[in-house]
Amino acid sequence: MDFVLHPLNLVTFFPLVGVLVLFFINPARKNALRWTALITSLVTFGISLWVLTLFDASNPDLQLVIKLPWIQVAGWDISYHLGVDGLSILLVLLTSFLTPISILSTWTAIEERVKDFMLFFLMLEVGMMGVFLAQDLFLFYVFWEFTLVPMYFLIGIWGGPQRIYAAIKFFLYTMAGSILMLLAILWLGINQGTFSVPDLIAAGGIPVHVQTWLFLAFAMAFAIKVPMWPLHSWLPDAHVQAPTAGSVILAGVLLKMGTYGFLRFNLPLFPEAAVRFAPTMALLAVIGILYGAAVSYSQQDIKKLVAYSSVSHLGFVMLGLFALNPQGIQGGILQMINHGLSTGALFLLVGMIYEQTHTRDFDVYGGLWKIMPVYGSVMLIVTLSSMGLPGLNGFVGEFTILLGAFGSNAIGSPWYAGLAAVGVILAAIYMLYMFQKIFLGPAGSIVETVKEHGHALRDLNAREIITIVPLLVLIFWIGLYPKPFFTLMAPAVDKLVGILQMAMH
Amino acid sequence: MILSEAANPGLFFNLVPWIVFFPVIGLLINLIFGRRMSEKAIGTVASLASGLAFVVSVLLAYSLSAVQGHAQTVYLAEWIHIGTLQLDWTFRVDTLSAVMMLVVSGVGTLIHIYAIGYMHEDVRFKNDVGRFRRFFVFLNLFIAMMMILVSGDSYLMLFVGWEGVGLCSFLLIGFWYDMDTLARPSTANADAGKKAFIANRVGDFGFLLAIFTTFWAFGSLQFDTVFSQVEHAPAAVITAITLFMLIGVAGKSAQVPLYVWLPDAMAGPTPVSALIHAATMVTAGVYLVARSAPLYSAVHGAQYIVAMVGAVTALFAATIAVGQYDIKKVLAYSTISQLGFMVAAVGMGAFVAGMFHLVTHAFFKALLFLSAGSIILGMERGHHHLAHGHGEHDGDEEVFDPGDMRNMGNLRKRMPVTFWLYMVGTLALAGIFPFAGFWSKDEILLDAKLHFPGVYTLLAIAAFLTAFYMGRQIWMVFFGQERTEVAEHAEESPPVMTVPLMVLAALSLLGGALNLPGVYTLTRWLEHTIEGAEAGEFSFMVAGVSTALALLAIFISWLLYGRKPLAAGQPDPLKKMLGPIFTGMENKWFVDEGYKAVFIDRYNDLAYFLAQTLDWKFWHDWLHEQVIFRAFKGLTRFLADPVDLGFIDAIANGLANKTKQASASLRRIQNGFVRSYALSVLLGVVTILGYLLFK
Repeated sequence: MDFVLHPLNLVTFFPLVGVLVLFFINPARKNALRWTALITSLVTFGISLWVLTLFDASNPDLQLVIKLPWIQVAGWDISYHLGVDGLSILLVLLTSFLTPISILSTWTAIEERVKDFMLFFLMLEVGMMGVFLAQDLFLFYVFWEFTLVPMYFLIGIWGGPQRIYAAIKFFLYTMAGSILMLLAILWLGINQGTFSVPDLIAAGGIPVHVQTWLFLAFAMAFAIKVPMWPLHSWLPDAHVQAPTAGSVILAGVLLKMGTYGFLRFNLPLFPEAAVRFAPTMALLAVIGILYGAAVSYSQQDIKKLVAYSSVSHLGFVMLGLFALNPQGIQGGILQMINHGLSTGALFLLVGMIYEQTHTRDFDVYGGLWKIMPVYGSVMLIVTLSSMGLPGLNGFVGEFTILLGAFGSNAIGSPWYAGLAAVGVILAAIYMLYMFQKIFLGPAGSIVETVKEHGHALRDLNAREIITIVPLLVLIFWIGLYPKPFFTLMAPAVDKLVGILQMAMH
Repeated sequence: MILSEAANPGLFFNLVPWIVFFPVIGLLINLIFGRRMSEKAIGTVASLASGLAFVVSVLLAYSLSAVQGHAQTVYLAEWIHIGTLQLDWTFRVDTLSAVMMLVVSGVGTLIHIYAIGYMHEDVRFKNDVGRFRRFFVFLNLFIAMMMILVSGDSYLMLFVGWEGVGLCSFLLIGFWYDMDTLARPSTANADAGKKAFIANRVGDFGFLLAIFTTFWAFGSLQFDTVFSQVEHAPAAVITAITLFMLIGVAGKSAQVPLYVWLPDAMAGPTPVSALIHAATMVTAGVYLVARSAPLYSAVHGAQYIVAMVGAVTALFAATIAVGQYDIKKVLAYSTISQLGFMVAAVGMGAFVAGMFHLVTHAFFKALLFLSAGSIILGMERGHHHLAHGHGEHDGDEEVFDPGDMRNMGNLRKRMPVTFWLYMVGTLALAGIFPFAGFWSKDEILLDAKLHFPGVYTLLAIAAFLTAFYMGRQIWMVFFGQERTEVAEHAEESPPVMTVPLMVLAALSLLGGALNLPGVYTLTRWLEHTIEGAEAGEFSFMVAGVSTALALLAIFISWLLYGRKPLAAGQPDPLKKMLGPIFTGMENKWFVDEGYKAVFIDRYNDLAYFLAQTLDWKFWHDWLHEQVIFRAFKGLTRFLADPVDLGFIDAIANGLANKTKQASASLRRIQNGFVRSYALSVLLGVVTILGYLLFK
């Protein structure tokens, strides 16, 4: 019983309780299905807060660890091994926080096969939690691959016109990267005698030339997931075709699995290789920042603009991580959360207007601030958060990342951060472009089009406001008082930086 | 904790966060309850919020004088602590920040009051009464952000305010976001706001680089900690910091080459032009240089560059002001020019002179802008009166521009109060004895004359042009004959607008007393903060030359525009005299067009190429679909054709008929594709595992 009620087991698998209940509900009773899923995810969020109270922020090591032997054949040492530390606690919270918000956003948007949708969504949460909590390489891989299946169906069944294509591409892309990672995992498990991540880190001693190959194999899987330039081509398809809730989770959490992978595995497992590759990774990150920003600016589809902006934002995260110093890494982790909040909110907001207008083409929009003042103001705050306005969350992350990268010994030159800072200008260009196209200027043709269909554009309703307000609160909170967030991660990051510093000398 | 349990009993330093809190409370009240409040209530709340911030500023200044001007810091909360990076929300009260606080909240409050009257009419002329509340919310937000800017104890907190005021500027320039300045449906105002934000972001980029360099050179962003280490830092590093910072200054304070956003910013309602784009926000760059005095004083090369940027801006903008017809555009270019004076001053190391001019300019330029607003509304009233007098008007009547000086003439008859107020502002700006501008501008010219002769020449010509374009404006607006029917029916503004103007007029008249030669109150005050702030001897020579230049310029303007007043439809007399030069002035030397061709269009093209051609056609479509996918398909066909036909079918159909057969292929995928795919993955894994196990 202790095992079942272990907080990490609960936070990971509680959504399965909801899945079980859903099985017994008549598919026609849509609201019952929705409420079941919502309550399940809210309870999961509550459990994650319980985990937070149990978490000791001053301890740099893994906590609340569960470790049971799982597959122990032919000398393999695979365990069921969960644990949480400063690197993952915020991502666990982000996952459990965004899931109920996403479910709430589907209330009227998903009318077809509600039961299946909720089933997949809750299963997806299980996978994501597992990814962030697993401390055994093999177990991690299982969860990693497991997340693909529900996401594949979420895009493939409830997506836009080209959903099948997008879903397959999403699946194949991730799979292709994962194969190499699987090989590297097997190599490590067999040659080092264990699949346990903390044990592998403690043992160290992987020769540098081997580290290089292992680093690259892991990096391939994670870089596709992030996605780092130039491996981003699946992202616009997946985002544009996915239903709103899918986009929110995809941007908010699934992409973070990639950056988290770098943080959890590439940096501490292969520190010498990480130091060696830091300039290369920083270069790719900077290209991603500038490229993503420029490409965003030239989009006709609102969702596509937001999708490409993720390439730019995640570039910042990668730049911070590979600064390999406390400022960069802490900024990078915080920026993962920030991106989840801001871009998650952007996708939610785009979904809200799409539900009313059924188009995402910029050209038909304009002047909506006058008609939908609340919606416009909320969008403005989120837009500003996304472009890193001081006082809001994005700035704290971007600033610390750029500061860290600017003086990073591993990257070795302030030029990278200097160029990346140009992204700050470009972000203002595409974000203000988006805001103006939708909200400023004279009323766009969509206002008439909607009228012709016998409706009128309405401002946000109570449910939509409830959906978005928690995100706004965090956007301000992190921007003004990020201390609690940094406090959670600081000891673990310092420990990681210690490992990397050893490798630098 | 925040309310006074002061370390020094009887002093008020712990109140300093309230200079931010009061305006925030004001904006929250209006935001939450404003929908049910009257215009008067909304305006009162906002003005009170700003007024209370002014009261606190006065108390702070008083406390400061009680401790002989020793800088005080007040800690509010922890902000970002990572490793050696230690940033807090800490306020700084010293003589420099106190001057800024007083100007911002003082002038700010007057403009709040004025705006109650102005916006009351403006929202009615533009037919959207609901925006009254929104205006005051933004205005309070601006005061709060500006206060953060001037009271922060570190470069990063300054930067928070710096970008915050930029946001307010964006929101208020594009306040009438669905029209242009003549209230026609358009994106023009919104474009102007966007332009301001982006030009400022370019500046902020430079500022950020300065911050990064500072941190890695000094290990801190807190002012005192940084400045105490300047002596030991290599000159190259300080030069880099100061020049990066200069980019930020050029953005915020509208200097060459980033000034282009400020003239467009006149799209905002006139109180905004006065408060943000003349008196306070745009002077933030001057404040930044004065704040960083220890850095700039350490590197003379950088100082020279700053001074030249300021002087060139001062002259360049003045030439454009000569060729403008819009009453606010003249003042906008004048502001750029005067900011050039200030930047030149602080660049030369004449920090006090720069700050002195900042203060007096805040008085008289706010006065001028607000008076211009009064004139524009006066014209609007006349226009309104006529439109109604003539019965219903059809849509095809020509759009009337109430801000075009060519439509005015002889307004001193219809608007005598505004006329006299405008005269005071004009004389102060032109630098006529004994108005405030005379004293402050003279201090700058004096310093330039002594240390930077090149800068002096540029500034002296600029001062000449200043008096000229102001003279031109006075003659065109207030004298001669009414050039339109509307001007004949213009109406004077109500006291809620004119009374704040009278206060500003008094300040414009007497502001010179702040730093009279011999007494040097401001110099004594600022030297507690800025080391080596010294006052130059007053020179009758310099003052005489500049007064003579100003009088000469006014005389010439009378010859051209006063003696023979412009008639309706007649071209500007300068046009005939200067030919293409005047065309250049009129068209702002085509700088906007140049930027569009060189930067904006190129970036649009680049973004389009990257997005549509490189990323989509080449990378997404060609490489993935044609090369990788085809190769993969070919390979699988070759390998698996005889084994599993359904597998390939599924891919081919799934992709080829993705739209039409969506549901059909979906079923197939669910049944076949993933399973076979997963099977093949599993087979691969097993093969690999087998190899590894038994190798």
